[in-house]
Amino acid sequence: MTASRFWQISIWILVLALAIAAPWAFYNYHTGRQSGFVISMLSQMGMMSILALSYNMLLGQAGLFSLCHATFFGIGGYATIHFLNMASAGSLPLPMELIPLLSGLSGLGLAIVLGYIATKQRATAFAMITLGIGELMVTSALMFQHFFGGEGGVNTNRMIGRSLFGLTYAQGIQVYYLILAWTLLSALAMFFLTMTPLGRMANASRDNFERVQFVGYDPRMVRFFQFALSGLFAGIGGGLYAITYEIVTFDALAAPLSANALLMAYIGGSASFGGPILGAVLITLLQSGVSLMSNSWLVYVGVLFISMVIFAPSGIMGLVTAHGPIVRGGQLGRLAVPYIRVLVPGILMVAGFVGLVELTSFLTIGAAQGKSLVLFGNKIDVHATLPWLSAAVCLLGGGFWLRLEARSFRRVWEGLMQGLKPQRSVA
Amino acid sequence: MSDAALALKNVGKAFGNLEIIRGVSLDIARGERHAIIGPNGAGKTTLFNLISGRFRISSGEILLNDVRIDGLPPHKINRMGLSRSFQITSIFHRLSVFENLRCALLWSMGYRYSFWTPLWLQRELTARTDAMLEDLNLTPRRDTAAGLLSYADQRALEIGMTIAGGASVILLDEPTAGMSNSETDNAVALIRRVSKGKTLLMVEHDMKVVFDLADVITVLVYGQVIASGPPHIVRANPAVQEAYLGALDAA
Amino acid sequence: MEIVLVSLFNGLVYGMLLFMLASGLTLIFSMMGVLNFAHASIYMIGAYLAFTVSRFVGFFPALIIAPLLCALIGAAIEVWGLRRVHHNGHIAELLFTFGLVFIVQRSVQMIWGMLPMAYRVPPSLDFSLFTIYGANFPAYRGFMLLVSVGMLVATWLLLKKTRIGLVIQAALTHPQMASALGHNVPRVFTIVFAGGCLLAGLAGVIGGNYQTTEPGMAESMGPIVFVVVVFGGLGSLAGCFVASILMGLIMTFAVVINTSMLDLLRPLGITVTGDNLFTEILTVPVARIGALLPFAMMIIILSFRPRGLMGTRDT
Repeated sequence: MTASRFWQISIWILVLALAIAAPWAFYNYHTGRQSGFVISMLSQMGMMSILALSYNMLLGQAGLFSLCHATFFGIGGYATIHFLNMASAGSLPLPMELIPLLSGLSGLGLAIVLGYIATKQRATAFAMITLGIGELMVTSALMFQHFFGGEGGVNTNRMIGRSLFGLTYAQGIQVYYLILAWTLLSALAMFFLTMTPLGRMANASRDNFERVQFVGYDPRMVRFFQFALSGLFAGIGGGLYAITYEIVTFDALAAPLSANALLMAYIGGSASFGGPILGAVLITLLQSGVSLMSNSWLVYVGVLFISMVIFAPSGIMGLVTAHGPIVRGGQLGRLAVPYIRVLVPGILMVAGFVGLVELTSFLTIGAAQGKSLVLFGNKIDVHATLPWLSAAVCLLGGGFWLRLEARSFRRVWEGLMQGLKPQRSVA
Repeated sequence: MSDAALALKNVGKAFGNLEIIRGVSLDIARGERHAIIGPNGAGKTTLFNLISGRFRISSGEILLNDVRIDGLPPHKINRMGLSRSFQITSIFHRLSVFENLRCALLWSMGYRYSFWTPLWLQRELTARTDAMLEDLNLTPRRDTAAGLLSYADQRALEIGMTIAGGASVILLDEPTAGMSNSETDNAVALIRRVSKGKTLLMVEHDMKVVFDLADVITVLVYGQVIASGPPHIVRANPAVQEAYLGALDAA
Repeated sequence: MEIVLVSLFNGLVYGMLLFMLASGLTLIFSMMGVLNFAHASIYMIGAYLAFTVSRFVGFFPALIIAPLLCALIGAAIEVWGLRRVHHNGHIAELLFTFGLVFIVQRSVQMIWGMLPMAYRVPPSLDFSLFTIYGANFPAYRGFMLLVSVGMLVATWLLLKKTRIGLVIQAALTHPQMASALGHNVPRVFTIVFAGGCLLAGLAGVIGGNYQTTEPGMAESMGPIVFVVVVFGGLGSLAGCFVASILMGLIMTFAVVINTSMLDLLRPLGITVTGDNLFTEILTVPVARIGALLPFAMMIIILSFRPRGLMGTRDT
């Protein structure tokens, strides 16, 4: 117990150290600056981590499937633009470092109002209400010019000239560290929440909402508080978004971002606290990396998500922690060969799938954009039969092979688990 | 104040045209161990659902310590000192055994919806939870996820969660259902131990358990009370024998 | 006056289109407890398939083929996807269909491209049926009405007169009972899911050239269909019908009403000047609020009457 706690803390400190050091790994000595691309990607990871973590307060911790989480992110963003404009005009004497707190309060305020309605219901009805709320907010954002600025959104200048540390926030690196600080603070706060009476009762009402009533709690109030607090943190994330990009449009509260929050939390692993962070980092990497190379990255994310729902409902983090007993039993080595045997057909299948998707996409979208498919320096003719055939063979052959190997992998896995059981019950 | 901890006055419940409970009146004295028996479909569990607020009654009154509780939501009734268990085990299956019991203690210890109290610093809460674990013989299973417990352990946890909040009136719905003989003996000992000084109302099919534990037995048939009284009198009642015990003997 | 009549017709046509989508979703939702987020995606697939198929064999064969293909897709989704996540609970099923939405949307873009398709009304139906007050009523809308009424009658007969229909009806109101009666519930589920997808596909075929066939059509249709289903109520096809027509009428009428709240207040002698958020809310015309209405209605009905207009069970 204490040993694993030690490792957990070490991993978190390592992640934090990495996050602090990361910009300097891409330092360009010619220009004397960090890579702008890396900085903006890291900043994105920070705010997406907050979004995913706050979403998971609902999905993973309270079992609530919300479809309007971006609403609170967005409102935090819009409000922050107005706060920054007020600060520039001198009517809001607040240093830059504390502005995200106001963003969070805006998110909290709206979440209290909307949460009062949404948390009347649970499960599917809750999901439907939040769907309605999300659509309602997007429509309103396009309708009301004063606060939301219509299609064009609202913009600001983040150099408000007031800082606790005398920073101007002219450079991306300063903003990044501000984001990092707030991400750390928010993550710690959300972690703290999981260990309070409310956090525990949220878990309890996820597992069995009916029983919660018979230990004296009103499950609706549990949902309400949890919803409101998750709105607070989503608002902070939105505030950081506004500070980074200095413009907020209705994209910041629209359904695709809500869906993104869900994807990040679920793929990363909604059953563990850190999972959503992993998901946020991964999806952001995919988004900024793969989307440069491929038009169809969302298909990959979608397929990854569906496979997770079917095969690994506890997400990547869940897959990792499932290895815990085997690692502790010192048996990890025994999995090496089975892993390789699964990996080879797995890679084959994925390659075949990616091939087919890319071929299709270059046939239509790529052609429209005047691009052509290039693989290992060779231009590939998307109208020829050979590439299609080889991709299809890879996909199908790899798929069948993987099924066979997966079966034997499961046998090995179950054998190992069986062997470890007696030890576990002693411990 | 009358000496009835729980009083039902002409309670009725109908689902559509179907009358499940028809005018049940019952007084359960403070400190009494009261068993409700009756054939399947007599409405015993429905009666529990009515008392605990899970369903609304169609007619009549229910009083807990002379205060009307019918129409109140379950959590309010629970806060007034009435706690129930479920026939089909109802626990928080992904939380550990320790967390399950701690959740059952939280409200009664005044933590409410606090999101600012760090639970790991609450010494008294932890101590009381650990004492409960010890009482239930679940200490070796402290950190196991409740969903992974054996059936008998889950039933023990179910009872533990019911009494954890310190309610004065305890409703147990078939606490020993599906248990082996030795498990039943353990459960009876546990119930006897934890219900000391409390009012206990239970539904039970196992006649041995009923005659072992109960001070008063009420027989419910088709939503009506046909007999109520001390075990030996109920046992001798011809109507009861015909409707219920006789059928059992014949089987 | 003519605007009222024309809007009434258009609302009816749109309402029937909605009902074709929503009836399938209601059947699936009531029976399996799965709110199929991908239902509108199937609608979109239906439209695209109809476009492609009709290029080879013409519109009328496509009217049959495309929905059947959609039914096959639906059956595949149920057998290989939904059934596998079923034991993980409703949230997992919701998540699964939610993921499908992404995949379908992107796949459609990949296969057919980002631009709207040239999916047009067949020439044989491209004439004016009649004229009211100088406004033409296109024959295709009449055809849509015909198809949807035909579908309505067919579904009704299927539910009332066949064995499987009776089982489905029983399962609508009492989901647990059907399995207790010894019916092969998984197979009934597959049939219902495929049937729902067939209806959605049919709606896509006739709706695709009524509206436009483009990658965003699922996204714009999906939420409205949900609203209809929730509003009508679980387990009630009649409620679904009423809600569809109601929503169709509301949506078409709201577009043509150009008054704002301020216009209603004016006779009371209230005028508002200035340029702030408050006056903005008051001066928004109903035509623009129309887009908000369905969602507002859904939120209100869900928070106060979760079983919907004529539903028999809570959502």
